[in-house]
Amino acid sequence: MSATEGPPTYKWEMVIDLDRCTGCQACVVACHAENNVRNSSEQECADGRAISWIRIERYVEGTYPNTRVRFVPVLCQHCGNAPCEPVCPVYASYHTPDGLNAQVYNRCIGVRYCGNNCPYTARQFNWFDPQWDAPLEEQLNPDVTVRMNGIMEKCTFCVQRIRRAKEQATRQGRPVQDGEVIPACVQSCPTSALVFGNRHDPESRVSKLAASERRFHLLESLGVEPSVTYLKRLP
Amino acid sequence: MTQDAGAGEFERINCELLAPMESFGAGYLALVIVLACIAALGAGAWAFQVETGIGQTNLHPPIFWASYIASFVFWIGVSHSGTFISGVLRLTKAEWRRPVTRMSELMTIISVGIAALFVFYHLGRVWRWYYLLPYPNQRGIWPNFRSPLLWDATAIFTYATASTIYLYLPLIPDFALARDRFRGRRKWIYGLLSLGWRGSQSQWEMLQTAIRIITPLIVMVMISVHSIVGWDFGMSIVPGWHTSIIAPYFVVGAVHSGLGMVVIAMFVVRKAYGLQTYIRLEHFDKLGKLIVVTTLTLAYLYFAELLTTWYGKFPDEESVMYSMLTGRFSPVWWAMIMMIYVVPLVTLTIPRFRQWPVGIMIVGVFINIGMYTERMLILVPPLAHPRLSYNWSAYSPSIIEVILMAASLAFAVLLYVLAAKFVPMISIWEEKEGRSRA
Ligand code: SF4
Repeated sequence: MSATEGPPTYKWEMVIDLDRCTGCQACVVACHAENNVRNSSEQECADGRAISWIRIERYVEGTYPNTRVRFVPVLCQHCGNAPCEPVCPVYASYHTPDGLNAQVYNRCIGVRYCGNNCPYTARQFNWFDPQWDAPLEEQLNPDVTVRMNGIMEKCTFCVQRIRRAKEQATRQGRPVQDGEVIPACVQSCPTSALVFGNRHDPESRVSKLAASERRFHLLESLGVEPSVTYLKRLP
Repeated sequence: MTQDAGAGEFERINCELLAPMESFGAGYLALVIVLACIAALGAGAWAFQVETGIGQTNLHPPIFWASYIASFVFWIGVSHSGTFISGVLRLTKAEWRRPVTRMSELMTIISVGIAALFVFYHLGRVWRWYYLLPYPNQRGIWPNFRSPLLWDATAIFTYATASTIYLYLPLIPDFALARDRFRGRRKWIYGLLSLGWRGSQSQWEMLQTAIRIITPLIVMVMISVHSIVGWDFGMSIVPGWHTSIIAPYFVVGAVHSGLGMVVIAMFVVRKAYGLQTYIRLEHFDKLGKLIVVTTLTLAYLYFAELLTTWYGKFPDEESVMYSMLTGRFSPVWWAMIMMIYVVPLVTLTIPRFRQWPVGIMIVGVFINIGMYTERMLILVPPLAHPRLSYNWSAYSPSIIEVILMAASLAFAVLLYVLAAKFVPMISIWEEKEGRSRA
């Protein structure tokens, strides 16, 4: 990319290969550790309030008796045309120039409209102040804010890692290279089912994978233009 | 204007209608204390919720809204009674409106206030509520005017302001009357509020013009306000909410519950103050007929929506619809149908029944319980059935939510009861105007 073209542009996207995903939940744990996601008590889980930025959902395929239980990792799809954004009255839900669906925690007043309007139920709310079972509070990530009571939160594609990579690249006067930004879930996936990168770079792994014949989007018909592309499980 | 009505009769009207403002019985005091205690309990519950977190409710994903928003919508609905009764009836020059306008206008501002309270109960970080105001700040961030919630806040504020003016204008001559009758501190307050009203010809003309200008405006504001409340839902992509019928449906529903509330208030005020000569059977009869009209309109809109959903066969919308028609919400749904459609229709279409105040009052209670349920059903079943079916969920209100709902009702009644000692519940000058015309 030459200097005359201006600063490099990015559009961060993820590809999830369902054929490789074994449902081991490593991504879930890594995300909790990286992003200071609170621990949920047993009671909170029973109340349906356990918070996870990425979760492994199960669903049933086929008709009885030929059914198979499948699973699919679901996280914020960072929609290009995000239904959660226009409904927020205070701009806490905001679209960044590089295609991220950002959540501005200190702007959020907790009206929760975005939560209703997210077709993926990806948004998580802090019903109480966060808590960590000892000694987990000793390992909070200093790069990530702790979200208090009354604030909406969700997957950020590990925006702190993206920012750091971008800063480093800018200092060295080069664009961010493919594979330089690795969100926690991607990093910890043992089967490399998750791939992350810049869709504006036609040579990146995500761009190539997203062109696969197996590609699909969750709830594609809604037209929310998700930034997460799934690859169909092979029969 | 004929003078036949005579000064004697006018004097009697003055006395009779101002009398309730002078007497403070033991029963009244006890009622105020009980209501204040319940309201205080609500204040405590709210403080607890603010202190510990909105998790005191039973909300959880994907049901991010429930009882507070349902109550908000309900109270906004009740507030439509005032505007509808007095605005629309004033516009159509319906003579029978006279004794019920004041009562319903009061109900309007009180219930707008209560509705606004629910917005605050609902906020996750209520101490940051001022982010909703468009105020200049050093970050240059404005509220998001694309959000229906902001239209909503604007509409409520406009409606509250407009209906306060609308209540106040016709009160001026009555305040002047009170000023001339009472002694001491009350005289001073009423003197201030009556803005130097002397009842001169030019003052009357000015007042009439002002009322004539504001009446159509407030009717328009009323329609827009509840449409906007409806669009909070209609603008979303939640299956079951995203429908164009929701705005008209909300407006008519609001008037329906508002009329029910007016009937209750009319019955209670009439009983408590012995105003049988002012609030006559004719008024119950007329209101009963109006309720039949709103029932039929509402039923038509409901039918139109169900038919469209059923014929369209979108799986997401069908799952919401069948959860109400035959599924797990069906007992509540059918109970609601009974209370807001069937009960008013089978009773109020009988002329004899409409002459029976107690009966009509009970129908009013049914309508309001039904409409409250209806608001809940607009919120919960659609939210409980998101498109990705593994997220389906259930909800029932928590104890804190129930306390806040009950306490807000008590607070509304308390405000009403207190207001009854401060303003005449029947517009005195309009009553006299009506008599001298007759
Ligand atoms: S997945 Fe949900 S939270 Fe994420 S951008 Fe889309 S609508 Fe918003």
